[in-house]
Amino acid sequence: MTAAEMNMKLAVTPRGAKPRSPFAPRNIMLYGTLIVFSIYYLLPLYVMIVTSLKDMAEIRVGNVFSPPVDITFQPWVKAWAEACTGINCDGLSRGFWNSVRILIPSLIISVSVAALTGYVLACWRFKGSEVFFGILLLGAFIPYQVLLYPLVIILRELGLFGSLWGLVLVHTIFAMPINVLLFRNYFVAIPEELFKAARVDGAGFWGIFFRIVIPMSLPIFVVSGIIQVTGIWNDFLFGVVYTRPENYPMTVQLNNIVNSVQGVKEYNVNMAATLLTGLVPLTVYFFSGKLFIRGIAAGAVKG
Amino acid sequence: MTQSISIKDLTLNFGAVSVLEDLNLDVAQGEFLVLLGSSGCGKSTLLNCIAGLLDITDGEIHIQGHNVTWEEPSKRGIGMVFQSYALYPQMTVEGNLAFGLKNARVPKDEIAKRIARAAEVLQIEPLLKRKPGALSGGQRQRVAIGRALVRDVDVFLFDEPLSNLDAKLRADLRVEIKRLHQTLKNTMIYVTHDQVEAMTLADRIAIMKGGQIMQLAPPSEIYNRPVNKYVAGFIGSPAMNFMDGQLDGGAQHFDTGRGLDFSVQGYEFAAAPTSGPVWLGLRPEHVQSGKWAEGQPVQMEALVDMVEPMGSDTQVWAKVNGQDLRFRMDGQEAVAIGDRIPIGFDPARLSLFDKSTETRL
Repeated sequence: MTAAEMNMKLAVTPRGAKPRSPFAPRNIMLYGTLIVFSIYYLLPLYVMIVTSLKDMAEIRVGNVFSPPVDITFQPWVKAWAEACTGINCDGLSRGFWNSVRILIPSLIISVSVAALTGYVLACWRFKGSEVFFGILLLGAFIPYQVLLYPLVIILRELGLFGSLWGLVLVHTIFAMPINVLLFRNYFVAIPEELFKAARVDGAGFWGIFFRIVIPMSLPIFVVSGIIQVTGIWNDFLFGVVYTRPENYPMTVQLNNIVNSVQGVKEYNVNMAATLLTGLVPLTVYFFSGKLFIRGIAAGAVKG
Repeated sequence: MTQSISIKDLTLNFGAVSVLEDLNLDVAQGEFLVLLGSSGCGKSTLLNCIAGLLDITDGEIHIQGHNVTWEEPSKRGIGMVFQSYALYPQMTVEGNLAFGLKNARVPKDEIAKRIARAAEVLQIEPLLKRKPGALSGGQRQRVAIGRALVRDVDVFLFDEPLSNLDAKLRADLRVEIKRLHQTLKNTMIYVTHDQVEAMTLADRIAIMKGGQIMQLAPPSEIYNRPVNKYVAGFIGSPAMNFMDGQLDGGAQHFDTGRGLDFSVQGYEFAAAPTSGPVWLGLRPEHVQSGKWAEGQPVQMEALVDMVEPMGSDTQVWAKVNGQDLRFRMDGQEAVAIGDRIPIGFDPARLSLFDKSTETRL
């Protein structure tokens, strides 16, 4: 039943308890708490935004919470295109495009491999598949740092160390436990008879995957996609360990700008740079939040 | 008689567990065969083996004269209908019907023609553009039957197709399936645990238990001449009355040893009767009571224990010389607990089973 139908029903049958006053004690408590917590969490963001719009003279006055007197976008321009890291002075833009070049293949490959692995573990069980899945899950509990050096050696032996594809491989490997778990649990909930029907209809392993399973599983692809986008975009450790300076992702670049020890600390540029870096995951959450919640919930109920 | 399906020495093991063992079954062209049994008897497993959805351990399966034992399900010339409908939720009804044909690379105009014909037969034309989520249970199952229909196959396999529907729809769709069979004259194998479906639909019923076929016969024979005590007790509602006692083969006389004895002359023995311990089966609907008891070859008096009025008839639980007996009376007859009423029956309608082997005498 849609919301409109629901309202119609309520309109024609005026039954049930009397609607509460908007200023009932319960509402004041509820919304009061929500507002206080919202302010608590939004305040740093507010400070970042206003600071990024001030010039250095205004910042030195020290009124952290006051809105900017003269709005200037110069810090944003500087953060994006002019800030120096080492010998390069082209700001975050280089790091942004590096991150995009890391993100897109890592996202596509890791989600595809996880979906396929989940599909096999859920629908085409083989001898030992449960054990395999158990071992895979164990991987979720191993701290990344433990595997850092062994992976350096593996990448060196593969001839991928320092390259973009080496990093893509690392991201794909570390994406496996949690994403395979997501996909497997989602696919397990698909009724077995559907697969039988598809087999009678002449669909094989790939036919069932592409034409039956994937079209039914948009929410879980969105969930996995979001987890991967934020994870890969926010990654600092792998980026700094497995690539060379010319391939450094945005997070590493950001660190180099913000933590530079030479010259004046340009707070406005730092704030702008940080906001720019966080923009991508933020946008992703903003536009797919609804699907994300639905996917997580569906997995929870059915899995 | 041409064989549509022929199963030879089919064995299926799951690990160390034997599910089906040395099973043989022949189904004639155009026959409606029902596999009937309680859950876990292997009936659905057998159907899945015929469909090719389960790899068998040993034996051979022939469909329309071809050995399809190791053939893919789609290449066996079968259409299958499932209990949960198993419609593809993201496709329209039309897409559901077309899916198998597209996989088989049937030309587009041929697909359209077949869908139109199936939709007409099943009266689902107005639903073609809808998604399965927007259909009722009965409509969904019709679409599922349609998906088997468009495949233009010789053999239809039904896996408890009506079990998810409510009672009224079930009765409607049952008649429709029977009509469909009369129109199409396809071979149909139908798995169910509902004996009403089995009795009404089947040309022959195969009653299964523990992975074996107990009896394979037309419904009337299953009802009248069950081969063993299990089949006798499984078919019929309310269930058959059983009494244990001694049979005197020569005199054709039965004695419970607890105060009830009567002659069974008129009973058709499969072989020359011998003396020994037996089970005697008597269907509740074969017991006549009140004035209809007069003239019956065997007559006795029953003490009414409990009464269940059903409207059209009344089920009576009674005691006859210490022996529990359940029978049916006309719904219009007045009967109360504690009444003593005359009853009678014809030994020709009895079933006698050997006490140890439980097979029909």
